[in-house]
Amino acid sequence: MTKKIEAIIREETLNDVKDALKKIGIVGMNVIDVRGHGRQGGITLVGRTGTYQVDMLPRVQVNIVLSDNNVERTVNTICSAAKTGNIGDGIIFIYPVEEVIRIRTGERGHAALMYEGDIDTLPVAGG
Amino acid sequence: MTAINSGDTAWVLIATALVLMMTPALAFFYGGMVRKKNILSTLNLSFIVMAVISLQWVVIGYSLVFGPSIGGLIGNLNYLGFTGVGVAPNATYAPTIPHVAYAAYQMTFAIITPALISGAFVERVRFKTFLVFIVLWATFVYGPVAHWVWGEGGLFHSLGVLDFAGGTVVHVTAGFSALMFAKVIGPRRGFGKVTMEPSNIPFTVLGAGLLWMGWFGFNGGSALAANGIAANAIVTTNTAAAASGLMWMFLSWRDSKPSVLGIVTGAVVGLVAITPAAGYVTPMAAILIGMVAASISYYAIKFRQARQLDESLDVWACHGMGGLWGCLATGLFASKAVNPAGADGLLYGNPSQFLVQALTVVIVIAFAMTMTFIITKALHKVMGLRVSPNAEEVGLDISEHGERAYS
Repeated sequence: MTKKIEAIIREETLNDVKDALKKIGIVGMNVIDVRGHGRQGGITLVGRTGTYQVDMLPRVQVNIVLSDNNVERTVNTICSAAKTGNIGDGIIFIYPVEEVIRIRTGERGHAALMYEGDIDTLPVAGG
Repeated sequence: MTAINSGDTAWVLIATALVLMMTPALAFFYGGMVRKKNILSTLNLSFIVMAVISLQWVVIGYSLVFGPSIGGLIGNLNYLGFTGVGVAPNATYAPTIPHVAYAAYQMTFAIITPALISGAFVERVRFKTFLVFIVLWATFVYGPVAHWVWGEGGLFHSLGVLDFAGGTVVHVTAGFSALMFAKVIGPRRGFGKVTMEPSNIPFTVLGAGLLWMGWFGFNGGSALAANGIAANAIVTTNTAAAASGLMWMFLSWRDSKPSVLGIVTGAVVGLVAITPAAGYVTPMAAILIGMVAASISYYAIKFRQARQLDESLDVWACHGMGGLWGCLATGLFASKAVNPAGADGLLYGNPSQFLVQALTVVIVIAFAMTMTFIITKALHKVMGLRVSPNAEEVGLDISEHGERAYS
């Protein structure tokens, strides 16, 4: 089975998350700028006089498609890199993926997800 | 007696360019503070004034302000279409530069004043109505007030009011007209319920920086000569902007953090307040004028917010109240030691100067607000002041101009 991970994280943690994912062999991903809010509701900004509330905050959404057996390790990696411990660290959604097709070669399924040096070819660190 | 001085002429021509630049600078100052769906519209509300009032000024505006006075109330039509406004100096107003240079310099003031008002009704005004408004306002508000204060034989000019570069003529009239316009047009949809975040504060910083620089022409050029009064005006202008910007920073810091939007607003407010005083006061007085101006405008904004009034970009708080303070401060701090052609203020033993300043500003406020009320109510009936609710939600860039700022 193939899964898609949507991780909505703080903008300022993106570089750490990217680096950590690279280390465990997550090669392909895309990133979208999103706005929204969860439990924390919003932030306070400073105007000409005093402050005002903004309820839609900028976040980035990291999209990764990968094999079932790699999901847990990837999720753990994202969590530890994106966590600040403060409210607003983000959320991760996981979906099943029907099919994957690489446009250049026409490969399908697992073959379309394979890269050289990716998570399936690297040895598990410390394991 | 009326020989043209090339130094004076060169300085006034340069100052003309500096002051003209302030209107596009104001466009960016305002444009950065609105939502991104209205940024082109807001830039244009200033830019288009350069086109419209340039023509109004040549055709009739200049003559209404600086034509020979009719009973102290308004200039006559001698200079209609710039007739007789040529190379020979106008001995009454500027004896050492070409008359046409003086008229061109004054034009740049007539342009920026209606542009200032636009901050009150951004993001909802109907563009067509705005075009008519600025012509009527320039003719029936700016024309008379500028004549009363600056025109030879003008009502308050005869009383000896001091307004070096337009604290009353430009900033008080614009600021209080803005307040009235905002009351008549009403708030933006969602005002007080949804957050209206400034879309591009860097634009506002850019605009404020260019305004600061352009103000050297605004105040320095008002000496109408390349002399010590001009130099003093530039120094007091710079000093007041600095003091006011810093003061605003401290006020903002005390409430939360030193907001950049606040700091640049403070600098502009200092420039407003020193405008009527620049050629009459010392640099030390300019520090006080700037610091007090920041405090007044800062709390005027809070007052306006507490009243739930959507005078959107605080033209009243910054220009109206800043200009009012500057006009009164001129009556306190003016000194003949600085400028023998001026007068002594209250602190130099001449309380009557303060009274003349106060009387002038009170009548100008009442006049500007009444006239703006009449003009806006009439336009509301005849043309409609604001766009449809749907057009307002879509944004004026698309709905009024069919364009968008960013693709």
